[in-house]
Formats: sequence, C-alpha cells, structure tokens
Amino acid sequence: MTIHIAEGDIAARTRSIVADLRSLEGPLLPILHQVQQEFGYVPQQALPVIAEELNLSRAEVHGVMTFYHDYRDHPAGRHVLKLCRAEACQSMGGDALAERIKALLGIDFHQTTLDGSVTLEAVYCLGLCACAPSAMLDGEVYGRLDDQLATELVAEARR
Amino acid sequence: MTVKIYVPRDAAALALGAEKVAKAIAQEIVARGLDAEIVRNGSRGMFWLEPLVEIEVTGKRIGYGPVKAMDVPALFDAGMLSGGGHPLCLGEVEDLPFLKEQTRLTFARCGITDPLSLGDYEAHGGLAGLRRAVSMTPVEIVKEVTDSGLRGRGGAGFPTGIKWKTVLDASGERKYIVCNADEGDSGTFADRMIMEGDPFVLIEGMAIAGLATGATKGFVYTRSEYPHAIAVMSEAIGIARQAGILGPSVLGSGRAFDIEVRTGAGAYVCGEETALLNSLEGKRGIVRAKPPLPAHKGLFDCPTVINNVISLASVPVIMERGAAFYRDFGMGRSRGTIPLQIAGNVRYGGLYETAFGLSLGDIVDRIGGGTRTGRPVKAVQVGGPLGAYFPRALFDTPFDYESFAAKDGLIGHAGIVVFDDTADMLKQARFAMEFCAVESCGKCTPCRIGSTRGVETVDKIARGIEPEKNRVLLGDLCNTMKFGSLCALGGFTPYPVMSAMTHFPEDFVPAPVVEAAE
Ligand SMILES: Cc1cc2nc3c(=O)[nH]c(=O)nc-3n(C[C@H](O)[C@H](O)[C@H](O)COP(=O)(O)O)c2cc1C
Ligand code: SF4
Ligand code: FES
Repeated sequence: MTIHIAEGDIAARTRSIVADLRSLEGPLLPILHQVQQEFGYVPQQALPVIAEELNLSRAEVHGVMTFYHDYRDHPAGRHVLKLCRAEACQSMGGDALAERIKALLGIDFHQTTLDGSVTLEAVYCLGLCACAPSAMLDGEVYGRLDDQLATELVAEARR
Repeated sequence: MTVKIYVPRDAAALALGAEKVAKAIAQEIVARGLDAEIVRNGSRGMFWLEPLVEIEVTGKRIGYGPVKAMDVPALFDAGMLSGGGHPLCLGEVEDLPFLKEQTRLTFARCGITDPLSLGDYEAHGGLAGLRRAVSMTPVEIVKEVTDSGLRGRGGAGFPTGIKWKTVLDASGERKYIVCNADEGDSGTFADRMIMEGDPFVLIEGMAIAGLATGATKGFVYTRSEYPHAIAVMSEAIGIARQAGILGPSVLGSGRAFDIEVRTGAGAYVCGEETALLNSLEGKRGIVRAKPPLPAHKGLFDCPTVINNVISLASVPVIMERGAAFYRDFGMGRSRGTIPLQIAGNVRYGGLYETAFGLSLGDIVDRIGGGTRTGRPVKAVQVGGPLGAYFPRALFDTPFDYESFAAKDGLIGHAGIVVFDDTADMLKQARFAMEFCAVESCGKCTPCRIGSTRGVETVDKIARGIEPEKNRVLLGDLCNTMKFGSLCALGGFTPYPVMSAMTHFPEDFVPAPVVEAAE
C-alpha cells in the first residue's frame, strides 16, 4: 500500500505543526519529530515550509534534518524493528542474532522488506544492557532475545 | 484491607514481560473476586529476577520472580497474596543480599514507590531537600553541594558545586538548568531507571539547582530510544506543576522554576554537553569549542548549568541529610555513592548503588556472579564505548575516578560490561573505531577521518597485512586522536582500542594468513 500525499497537503499540515510548536524555545527538533510522526518520514516538501516559517535558510533545515539518525527522507515499513548493536548486546551474542534476523527478514540494516512490512534499524543501546541482547519493535521493548524469541518477534513484525 | 501487588513498569522489566504479567494478575483479581490493587512501581534493579512481583504483607514486601504470565494462576493458588510459598518466592525483598549490601541514597525510592504518586514520594522522604533549599540563600545551597564532594556522574567527574557557583556568579537576565539525560553509553541505564522509577527526585534536584543559581527554566534532554522514560518524566512534570513544586512560585517561595522535556534524534554525540546545547537550540549537534564555558554562555548564550541525571538526582538527599552525611561515603576524592550498572554477559546484572571504592573484581565476580554463560570472564569494559577494556589482571583496581585513570581507564557513567572468553578483542577495537566514525560530529579531522582510517588499519591487522607496521600505525593514530580531538568522542576512542591491544595482544596476532594463497 502506498499512501500518496498531495504536495499542497504536506505544506498545509506542516504549517499547522509549525504553528503549534513555534512558541517553544528552539522549536526545530520538536517540529521535525512531529512532522515525522505525522507523515512517517520528513518529506522534502516540508523543509522549505519549515524554513520559511522559522525564518531559517532551507540549507539550515536540511542540515539539521540530515545530521540526526532518526529522521528519514522516505517512508519506513509498517513496522520498525530496531536491534541493539552496542557492546553489552555484543557480549551476549548480538552479532549472531543480528545475522539471524537479517536472514529471516531477507534484508540488511536500513532496509525494508519487499512487502513493506518491516524496516530494520540498528540502534546503539536501549538501556536494557542487563538483559541483553535487546530490541525494540514499534516502541515496545524486548530483552534477552534468543533464536526462538527472535523468530517470534520477526513473525509478529511481518504481520 | 486491599492488598498491594507491585509489578514494575521499568522498560527492562517490560522487555522481560512485565506487561503480560500485570494483565494476568489483573485477570486473576477479577476472576477470583479479590480485594487487591496493582501498583506499577519502578525497578529494584535486579534484572535476573524481573519481572519481580512484590506483595505487601503486614508492612513487608515479599517478592516473586522472575514471574512469567503463565505462572500467575499457580502463584494465586499458592496464596501469593498472603506471601504464600511457591518455587518463585524470594522471601522478603529487602533481605536479598544484592539489595541488602547496597547503600541506596540516590536510588532510595526506586522500585519501592509508585513513580507517579507524589504522596508516595513524600511519604518516603521526598521534597525534604527542596523544602530546606527554599529556606536557604543560593550561596548556602551551593556551599552545601560543594561541601558534599559531589562530582558529575555523567563522565567527566567535575565538581557539581563549583559548576553551580560559576552560574550563580554569572550575570544574566535568564539562566537555565539543563539535565543531560542522553545516556548513550552501552552498559548504562541508571538515568533511565531514575526517570522511569523516581522522576520526582530528578525534578526536585533540578528545582534545587534552579534556586541555587537563579535559573528559572530547566530542560530534560533525553534520547528517542527511551520512550518510556519520556512518558513518565512528562507526566511527572505535569503533576509537579499542579502541586506547585514547579511553576511561578516553587513551594510558595515566590521563586519561579519550570521544566520541559525534549527528545533527541538519535545522535550519540548529543550527550556531549555543548553538542546537546546546540541540539536543544535546534541546530546540528556539533560540539562547541570551550571557552566560553556553558556556565557563562550556554543555552541561547545564557549562563547554563548542565548536569547528568544522577548528579541532579543526588542533590535532594544531600540537601535533606547534609553535606557531611554524603561526603562520609567513598574514598579519596570520589565522595558519596555511585550507581554501578552491571551489564552484558553477567549472571546478576542490574543496578547496584554503593560507596566508591569496591574493587572491579569484587563487582564482577562476587556481586555480578561472573558470566551468564558460565564461561570465564575475559574482559570488562567500564565507562561505555569510550571506556577501556580491563583484563582480570586489573581486577584489583578500586572503583573511583583516580584509580581508574591511573590504569588508563575511566569510570564514565559507571556502566560495567562483562565479556566472556569467546570475546574477540580485535573485533571490539574495530567496533570502537567504527562507532566513532558513525557518531563523529565531523568538526575535527582526527576524529572524523582518523576513526575511518582506524577501522581500515584494524582490518589490515586482522588480515595479516604487515601486522607489525599496522599495529604501530594504529598506536600513532590513537595518539593523534587522543591529543588532536576537540571532544572526548574522538579523544577517548583510543581507550577501548589501545586497552584491547595492550591487554589482549594475542587477539591482534593474525591467524595464519589464508589469503596468501590468492
Ligand atoms: C561523546 C560524549 C558523550 C557524552 N554523553 C553523555 C551522556 O549521555 N550523559 C551525560 O550525562 N554526559 C555525557 N557526556 C559528558 C557531558 O559532556 C558532560 O560532561 C556532562 O553532561 C556534565 O554533567 P555532570 O557534571 O553532571 O557529569 C558525554 C561526553 C562526550 C564527550
Ligand atoms: S572529537 Fe569528534 S565528535 Fe568531538 S568535536 Fe571532534 S569531530 Fe566532533
Ligand atoms: S548495549 Fe544493547 S541495550 Fe545497552
């Protein structure tokens, strides 16, 4: 399923997000978060609108958006599976687990399955290091993953 | 009387199934028509026992864990609500050795109270510190914090009182308190646990910092990887505002202070204080050169205190019990208590708050119980991705700032990650360089380019390409990064790399080269 968002629509919705948040001190990150929340990504067409409304150059907004790992420039899959790749998770077999999950999904990190169900992302620590290895699926956390749990998690994500 | 059943809402407990357990318990309560209520507490920090369910029976808390949802009916059959016996019963939770031997000052309430109940918070000593602060002058508050010997728990260990004094003395219409809740280090979760398990203590600490320095606005900058902490923190701030703890007149003092939560966007470097300030201002998270210090020109160029969560959350108890009480814990110039975060391949992983000074070996072998896999401990990384790997030979190092520095290590945010003998230290060194390359803010060359060259050089060693020459080159490169980088991201990456190479040289000798045949 592809959602087509009309360009004028993006501009209008972005403008209303900016209107809601512009009174914050340093509003740019909260605005980008909200735009991503609204559209699932930060559409190119939103950038000039934000720039104009905040009286910034377009390059500045682009620079900020591309600096941070969280902001995407195209839509993700229906579910986002984040796998922790940091040291505590490595110490509990995180690398092997990552290989297994990649194989189960048939994709690498930062890719989306062909059916559009799952995007796989790497994260560096979820603060669950005492129950490593860990993952996050759409904001829900999972610890002490083993092969069986990983398989279940992938099955759940593909639904 | 209504029985209280505690089921943690801490993210790690949730990761191990606490939500399902809470649902199953709620079902049993209804199905059996029992007079019981579920309280969602924080975590006690004993993660091998999570989900840890506790029942309050005649003023005592009896624990059951680790509980799975399918265990719940049997637990009710066994009379859990009156502390009945069952294989999962742990007895009185406070009597468990892991908890009993701790000195919990900052974490005194974490896992015990309902994080969003102000009544609970006050009943357990909350707000006493802020009440005292309200009756004092800013100079007196700053002196109390200085005298306590509290040093920043975010990594650098800079004395908190001195930082506050600089901001107090700085002139400015507007001043800020920024709480660094970015907690990006692997092996660390103390900040997350406080925000989820006792958010009012952080709010109280920030309000005290505001009174001490004349700041009227605070920000909690935390990471997008912590949605649960963000939710609890935001809700707690709303409750505190309603109760007049925050707002135009803190506890009726006539002095204003309010807090806002901000979410980062997945950049490790934004834990560095000046990068964090840039990020809060809506810019790229690029590190600023110092001077000017944030204490003089920080957020929006205003005088700013920037402190770690644990630094701020330790202030209420200092104000409540006095500087001397806090200072009497610890060793050398490391005063007070430190929440150790024991993680990775370890049997008893969790949060252990204790006075500075335990040996690393004591922490890993005795408290942590060795590895979870049951294999020998090979290496322990202390202080996150920029911290050194210590071999068993350094297990007698006492846990304090100076002792670790003397062994070319750092305690950082006190995250301790244990590895068993299957760990490949060359791979870990490579990861450290790779992490630096991915997360570099790009401002300076040694870090931006050096880390990528570092990955290539480690790869050459692994493949047996002029290994001797490349080991020397890697050492050189580390030296350049250490002395040529603007901030500790590039400057400290040599710690994990060099410690791996120094203490585990056998892993840097390539296996007989297969490629020679090509
Ligand atoms: C790359 C990098 C990442 C850092 N990450 C954090 C962090 O996540 N949390 C934190 O409190 N301090 C972090 N620091 C340390 C901060 O720059 C700063 O020293 C700290 O916020 C000061 O607070 P404190 O005095 O209470 O420790 C980091 C430093 C560097 C160089
Ligand atoms: S050391 Fe790295 S992260 Fe720090 S300022 Fe230089 S480039 Fe940026
Ligand atoms: S290292 Fe994976 S959760 Fe912390």
